[in-house]
Amino acid sequence: MSSILAEQTALADEQSATVRDGIHDPGAGRKTGARRRARTILTVTVNGRERDDVVPDNLLLLDYLRETLGLTGTKQGCDGGECGACTVLVDGKPRLSCSTLAVQVQDRVVETVEGLTEGGRMSALQEAFHESLGAQCGYCTPGMITTAEALLRRNPNPTRDEIKAAMGGNLCRCTGYVKIVESVEKAALARRETL
Amino acid sequence: MSITKLEKARVGTVGVRTPLIDGVDKVTGRAKYTADVAAADALSGRILRSPLPHARVLRVDTSKAEALPGVVAVVTGEDCKIPFGVLPIAENEFPLAREKVRYRGDPVAAVAAVDAATAARAIDLIEVEYEPLPAYFDAKRAMAPGAEPIHAEKPNNVLREVHNEFGDVEAGFAEAYLVREKTYDYAEVCHAQMEPNATLAEYDVARGHLTLHTTTQVPYYVLLKVAQCLEMDQAHIRVIKPFLGGGFGQRTEALHFEIIAALLARKAGGTVRLLQTREETFIAHRGRPDTKVTVKLGMTREGKLTACHLLATQEGGAYAGYGIITILYTGALLHGIYDLPAIKHDGWRVYTNNPPCGAQRGHGTVDARAAFETLMNEMADELGIDHIEIRQRNLLREIPHVTAYAQRVMSYGLPECLEKVLKASGWAERRGKMPRGKGLGVACSHFVSGTSTPKHWTGEPHATVNLRLDFDGGITLLTGAADIGQGSNTMAAQMVAETMGVHWERIRVISADSALTPKDNGSYSSRVTFMVGNAAIDASRKLERILIEAAANRLEASADDIEREGEMFRVAGTDKELHFHDAVKAALVDTGPITVKGIFTCPPEFMGSKAIRASAIGATMGFCYAAQVVECSVDEVTGKVTAEKVWVAVDVGRALNPLAVEGQVQGGVWMGMGQAVSERTFYNQGRMMHGNLLDYRVPTMVESPDIEVLIVESMDPNGPYGAKEASEGMLSGFLPALADAVHEATGGRAYKMPLNPEYVSDMLDARDKMQDEAQENEQEGATA
Repeated sequence: MSSILAEQTALADEQSATVRDGIHDPGAGRKTGARRRARTILTVTVNGRERDDVVPDNLLLLDYLRETLGLTGTKQGCDGGECGACTVLVDGKPRLSCSTLAVQVQDRVVETVEGLTEGGRMSALQEAFHESLGAQCGYCTPGMITTAEALLRRNPNPTRDEIKAAMGGNLCRCTGYVKIVESVEKAALARRETL
Repeated sequence: MSITKLEKARVGTVGVRTPLIDGVDKVTGRAKYTADVAAADALSGRILRSPLPHARVLRVDTSKAEALPGVVAVVTGEDCKIPFGVLPIAENEFPLAREKVRYRGDPVAAVAAVDAATAARAIDLIEVEYEPLPAYFDAKRAMAPGAEPIHAEKPNNVLREVHNEFGDVEAGFAEAYLVREKTYDYAEVCHAQMEPNATLAEYDVARGHLTLHTTTQVPYYVLLKVAQCLEMDQAHIRVIKPFLGGGFGQRTEALHFEIIAALLARKAGGTVRLLQTREETFIAHRGRPDTKVTVKLGMTREGKLTACHLLATQEGGAYAGYGIITILYTGALLHGIYDLPAIKHDGWRVYTNNPPCGAQRGHGTVDARAAFETLMNEMADELGIDHIEIRQRNLLREIPHVTAYAQRVMSYGLPECLEKVLKASGWAERRGKMPRGKGLGVACSHFVSGTSTPKHWTGEPHATVNLRLDFDGGITLLTGAADIGQGSNTMAAQMVAETMGVHWERIRVISADSALTPKDNGSYSSRVTFMVGNAAIDASRKLERILIEAAANRLEASADDIEREGEMFRVAGTDKELHFHDAVKAALVDTGPITVKGIFTCPPEFMGSKAIRASAIGATMGFCYAAQVVECSVDEVTGKVTAEKVWVAVDVGRALNPLAVEGQVQGGVWMGMGQAVSERTFYNQGRMMHGNLLDYRVPTMVESPDIEVLIVESMDPNGPYGAKEASEGMLSGFLPALADAVHEATGGRAYKMPLNPEYVSDMLDARDKMQDEAQENEQEGATA
């Protein structure tokens, strides 16, 4: 997980130029206790659709996806960077959306668990997690599947140890992980067979 | 048809690996959990919590918070004068503190505001004046004479003392060849379910009605306690449990945040979303208490148990919760697993100023079983008896068996469990011959398939299921049972598919919505498969009967002559037949849509004995049994213990869904592993130091072993199609099996859990000291 966080810090630095372009609004005269923050027009592709949204600069990617877009498949499981439940793909790489600002994905491609389903057909990973009981309560599942998706795009034939290493930052409390590893192996095989 | 397709056609019937009926929603992100339920106009709720572990509340001033623009409602202890608690005999918790706070994190006030930032600012504006009181964080200090009572009605801070004796314990120890007594210390652990707690509360001002979406395992209890605390008519409250991200026992009682959300919504006259942080989810706690267990066992020279005396002290935290039951469980499940002629049990459940403990998977039984099995292994070594062999020598002799605690054992697959793990692990060839730093260990364990006496006794059946059949030929199963990820919706649908022979796709399940579904006692004590499963079978039989009679009528035959094959009804010995669709049409004539009700009630002989105090705890219709072998490695330099592989055999009565059984068993064993190797809560003067998923050490995928599940089917005479529970009975066995394996790997004996590097290095130091002393004694002996 620490390596993901380190990469995210790099991503933040890279995006700082965009943040500086934000519209500053001191929020004077606003009638609630919350002060209004600077905002940015965010241009981003989410699950294949290009969007333009005005977002506060302090809005987390997680909240942008869940609250602004209503994509509640991405879950919050902790208070920041501990559990992996909120993992989404940014330009194909796994990112913790709870530790990423929305403005950091400016001009990037974001994929959530909802976006992995194509034309109503489950992805190989979704199908394998369903059929092999890689999901019990299902709360960690979106993060597990997006993390595994990134792994299989990078390494189509991972060993068990490679699966465990890649997914070590994603916690699950139901399965003991045994059937999660099996689900990823099964999906990897299915993907190789369809190639 | 290919074999895969044949299997697919049978999916949902008993014994077939069946993916969860709601599994597609979970893997596609469509499943809505409480925090996902849309409510655009919802206010944001937030709770102000006590910074002190024990104090009198002198003054709460909310005026500045109320004056903050955007704040809609502020509630304090003044808004609810009625205490709540899961046991009707021990309700002593207020949703918001009145007069006193009893742990750091005890809720004091709460606000509802237009957004989260405003709510947070409002919380900071609330002024509270406290008078600190002495606080206690361990049982010894809390019980010391002169200690300040945490609750006025318990001056010695003991919530419940238990003393029970069965058989002649003194004689049992007197006749024993070997008697040993050891004390074990098991750290407090907690559930850490992946979904943080949350409630969405909607108050309809015009009608005075309240709707809650909430993260609960028992919607029924939430409804009862919200009605009680808000002094509302129960009929005016609707409780819905959306998809739930696990529970493991934390959510088996109504928790403060659910009642606070309801209070806020009513006061605000609208909708309030109260999301709890991960830290607050840890604060709500209800975990397995720190338990000190002293166990004394007597054995014959052959390793046959003659007597057991177990003393358990639990540090239960600030409120009663399930505490009385938790301490009783440390004794109740000393029975029912081995042939043990005399048992003495003493227990103390003590209040402390930490967050309240509660029920966690394996409720109350885990630490007691772990201590018992660990000592059994140590004594077997002294007697030179193999650790599987010693268990085989102590098996129950005859089934059915009635324990001294009046529990009935109707099925007992433990002998086969032991044989299976012995074979699968290569025990006979490998045990005792492992290379240095590696070890194999074994232990057994068991758990109830539901408690036969509900905590809220109403005289109603233990479970009720409705089946609806309408013109479309769809069968809708309605159950109050909360699917918490364990797959109870799938199990209930399987009972219909198997009993009625209908296609899996024809069945839909609506569960856990008090406006639609019949009440259920809840998802705890592994009761749902046994009880709701049986009720679903009962309902299915009734609906099938209606269809058979309708088919007979249409086919102009006697109902007794109708045979059903899958979805076809046929007059026996003829080619006259009617498809399910036409049978449905025939059945609906004159009556319209049909709803049938199936029930299940535990007969009184399974409810313990009135002659034995508290024998309702641990009274069940079926025990799940498990044996497991754990292979571990120990790095003596770092003190790191790694579970490398687990073979676990579980008598589940019958595996209704082998896929789900494997998943539950693996999860249960693994949760035991977390407690055994890394998990523990940690407080500094009542301040929670573990309140995140990095400091609370849930094992990651990298640290988790392969867990091979071996299913044993003993076909319980009362279980649904012979099934018993499959998710708790195997948990506790992991702890002693690992301790046993660590002993083989290092020669050290573990008297504490978790076996984290700190303790393991202490343990190895103790081993070295003992070995040095033994060597010195030998040398002295030689020189003398």
